[in-house]
Amino acid sequence: MPIITYRDALREAMDEEMARDENVILLGEEVAEYNGAYKVSQGLWDKYGSGRVIDTPITEEGFTGVGIGAAMAGLRPIVEWMTVNFSIMALDQVINNAAKMRYMSGGQFNVPIVFRGPNGPAEYLAAQHSQALQTLFVHIPGLKVVAPATPYDAKGLLKSAIRDDNPVIFLEGELMYQWKGEVPDGEYLIPIGKADIKREGEDVTIVTYSKPLRVVEEAAAELAKRGIEAEIVDLRSLRPLDEETIYRSVKKTNRCVVVDESWPMVSVASHVGWMVSRNCFDDLDAPVELVTSEDVPMPYNHRLELAVQPSVEKVIKAVQKVMYLV
Amino acid sequence: MAEKILMIALSPTMKTGLISKWEKKEGEKVESGDLLCQVETDKATMDYESIQEGTLLKILVHEGEQARIGSPIAIIGEGGEDISDLLSDIETDMEGITDDGKIGPEEDTTSSISITETGEESSGDRVIASPLARRMAQQQGIDLSLIKGSGPRGRIIKRDILEAVARLEKSNLGMPKTTSQILPTSSDEVIQVSTKRRIIAERLAESKYSAPHYYLRLKVLSDNFMEARKLLNITLNKKVSVNAFIVKFVAEAIKRHPIMNSTWQGETILRHASIDIGLAVAQNDGLITPVVRDCGNKGIIEIDRELKELIDKALNNQLTPSEYSGATFTISNLGSYGIEEFTAIINPPGSAILAIGKMGKEPTIVDGDKIEIRTLMTLTLSCDHRVIDGAVGAAFLKDLKDIMENPIRVLY
Repeated sequence: MPIITYRDALREAMDEEMARDENVILLGEEVAEYNGAYKVSQGLWDKYGSGRVIDTPITEEGFTGVGIGAAMAGLRPIVEWMTVNFSIMALDQVINNAAKMRYMSGGQFNVPIVFRGPNGPAEYLAAQHSQALQTLFVHIPGLKVVAPATPYDAKGLLKSAIRDDNPVIFLEGELMYQWKGEVPDGEYLIPIGKADIKREGEDVTIVTYSKPLRVVEEAAAELAKRGIEAEIVDLRSLRPLDEETIYRSVKKTNRCVVVDESWPMVSVASHVGWMVSRNCFDDLDAPVELVTSEDVPMPYNHRLELAVQPSVEKVIKAVQKVMYLV
Repeated sequence: MAEKILMIALSPTMKTGLISKWEKKEGEKVESGDLLCQVETDKATMDYESIQEGTLLKILVHEGEQARIGSPIAIIGEGGEDISDLLSDIETDMEGITDDGKIGPEEDTTSSISITETGEESSGDRVIASPLARRMAQQQGIDLSLIKGSGPRGRIIKRDILEAVARLEKSNLGMPKTTSQILPTSSDEVIQVSTKRRIIAERLAESKYSAPHYYLRLKVLSDNFMEARKLLNITLNKKVSVNAFIVKFVAEAIKRHPIMNSTWQGETILRHASIDIGLAVAQNDGLITPVVRDCGNKGIIEIDRELKELIDKALNNQLTPSEYSGATFTISNLGSYGIEEFTAIINPPGSAILAIGKMGKEPTIVDGDKIEIRTLMTLTLSCDHRVIDGAVGAAFLKDLKDIMENPIRVLY
């Protein structure tokens, strides 16, 4: 099977969907002539031209709104946010228009749109440019939110997102674009709302998604050397959430750690923790542990920047805690 | 001034009572000493006699409903009195009652029955366990209060249960797997366990698993004793039961071996002065052991009269707690079912129980090598080895045999 980068997987998805459906367009800052700030849209402008791959002014609220309007009018836009940090400018459009239009129009208007871009901490980018904002979107009924961690999942989920008749927030990661993985030739789709067991194990369930998957995989390998077999549940979709897969795993292992690079308060992690506590109560041998970003803005100092994020050590420690080994 | 009528403890082990019948109606006059209602306790149906006087204003607990000791079952006062304040008080009170039903002082005096309850008022005694550990313990029939938790704050966790299960399987002692759950099929019937059945189960399981039982068995020639009974029956012109004879013989044998009449108390052994012999009586919904007190100082006729009364009451569920508790020795007779012999489980607080098989004619070797047809009966004695050693039990049984075979031996 070919091994390609996460970046290439995203481009393949967009390319295939644009070729399949002429209503699919891409718009955002530098997506056309510059081939994208992170080169995700490399070659698409050459192939599909300025009518379908559109450079916009630096005004997130404006082009996000244009995308929503185009979706209501029948197109299937992909709006690229250079980073999700800048999407905060466009939240009113996303929350009040994209998420609610179908509901408020009594089903007369669909908003088949994808908002995509890098989310979460990168490196040396400090408080305003290095933050994991998924909670803002996951909170809103009317939105779907996906956050794949591998090239394979990214391609299959982006294609499903483009074909979905609802607004989908598609969260990538600056540091993930270079990640490589097997992606088969030819078309495949991954349904939104399905988690994936990335590693099977009997002793503890680690629920995670997006970039921390690598940290968790590394921790699981280290734990295996110590005789602890962790099961890794990669959520892939945050809304809708695949509760069933989480519960099935926790009922098997009786222990749960949730790893999330966002802040701890009212987060995906705290929500999963509550759901597990509620629905697997009689199967739990220990309280659910969370490993999240520390509850502070991202420090610029590199040592501190690393210290506030989930790490292999923090994951191992949490696993030891739910197994009563510390 | 209207006041509450409270459920009272009508048996020493009772925690709740079920009102089976109200003898007074709302609006009816009640004198002190009047029969108010019938209450089904854990063992028997008891009369509740009123100690209050007035008009029965309201029945709070209706026929077929249960009430915990100390909770109101009715209101008594003067006819036409306004009881709305009292009713709202009662409602508030009921909200404050905890699930374990502890209201007022506990009157549980029988140490042989201990029902461990979690969630007592003292939080220091609360068992801390993970939800999984609780579920596992329930499935395995393990009492969490017996396990030491290895988690934070002494929390009992999965590995503690697994270790306890392994220990139990290894030692084969302690808690039996009494509550292993099997899912019923559609043709199976699920029977709710009555209070009486639960107490029988707890008492007998506790006896069998805590008292190390051993068994002694011998055959008794019964011709002489049946002859003696025949003579007595002719004299009295009425039938004296075989059981009355056996009770008396046992009491006489116990006089010669008083340790048989004792209770194991851990640090001490209590040797009872009075020989109180219980006789196991089967009921439709269980069994009960009415007790004839002080058999050492009673004659056969008196014992027979008391036994008949007690058995009659037992069959009608009318025994009072003082009539069925505290047997220092127990006899169980299954002879009428044609049972040849059997072993019985000791009935606490006693330390021994005698199992009587059927009386029947058998070819028997007598006087050297002669074979004659004689009447024989097999006795099996179960003893608690903590109290009664083998030779002691054997000497007792031998004396009992001698007395039964030659009743004149009672005199010397």
